[in-house]
Amino acid sequence: MKAKVSVQLKNGVLDPQAKAVLQASHSLGFEEIQEIRMGKFFEIESHGNDAAQFEKSLDDLGKKLLSNPVIENFKVEILES
Amino acid sequence: MKVGVVVFPGSNCDHDVYHVLGHEVGFQPIFLWHKDHDLQNVEAIVLPGGFSYGDYLRCGAIARFSPIMNEVIQFAKKGKPVLGICNGFQILTESGLLPGVLRANESNQFICETLPIRVESNQTPFTRKVALKSVLKIPIAHHDGNYYLADDELKSLEDSGQVIFRYVNENGEVSAESNPNGSSRNIAGICNQQRNVVGLMPHPERLSEKLLGSAEGKIIFESLL
Repeated sequence: MKAKVSVQLKNGVLDPQAKAVLQASHSLGFEEIQEIRMGKFFEIESHGNDAAQFEKSLDDLGKKLLSNPVIENFKVEILES
Repeated sequence: MKVGVVVFPGSNCDHDVYHVLGHEVGFQPIFLWHKDHDLQNVEAIVLPGGFSYGDYLRCGAIARFSPIMNEVIQFAKKGKPVLGICNGFQILTESGLLPGVLRANESNQFICETLPIRVESNQTPFTRKVALKSVLKIPIAHHDGNYYLADDELKSLEDSGQVIFRYVNENGEVSAESNPNGSSRNIAGICNQQRNVVGLMPHPERLSEKLLGSAEGKIIFESLL
């Protein structure tokens, strides 16, 4: 089974890195770009076959390790079961 | 006094802390390997600076799950003194022993500088001997020292006197210019509600002996006794 967990900063939390990327994009001539938001994604493979359990585990993993709930949200997407 | 210095893979300030505790302050320091479960009857614990687990994923995000953290958390819950310096502070926030999070510096740069830090409270085991509002010049060396906490919780933190250290200018005043990394309210260090766990980004162990220029930082450790 394969899944993707995406982690992103919560709305309203300042992202200096994304800001730097936006400024660099503008310097490169991509003036029309208004906003860039950066995140992380994890591609996770499991050798189990219970998709519901897998999703539940990833929800737990997302909360405990993959994201910092103080400033980040995460999303679990099952790709292949 | 027996003090434990936890060593995680990637910690690199453990020896400086050990040296200051033993040679400069006269305590009995021991190293505590992150995989052990035996705190060996220490009376205080220091989580030193460095790059535990290479800062992978997020600073301190993996170290917080090191086996010994079970015991460190229990130790802290009993009200015993725990100090987190730099990466140690990051580990304390990731583990929930301290509120908030240390984010990347606003400038996206690693900052290495000796700065004036004002001590906002002497009601902690690590600032007990410091005169209130005194300014200590302590080195910082970090890329991720930008302290963040949601506004309502930040207000609670301030109201309960949990802000312990703040970045100030030479005159001891809080200002935007004196803030090296964008930390909310110029916060350089905080404590928990119980006031036994303290975290700070600056490195007092780097300025604890006159031979290296100043012993201003030593009082943080001396306060324990």
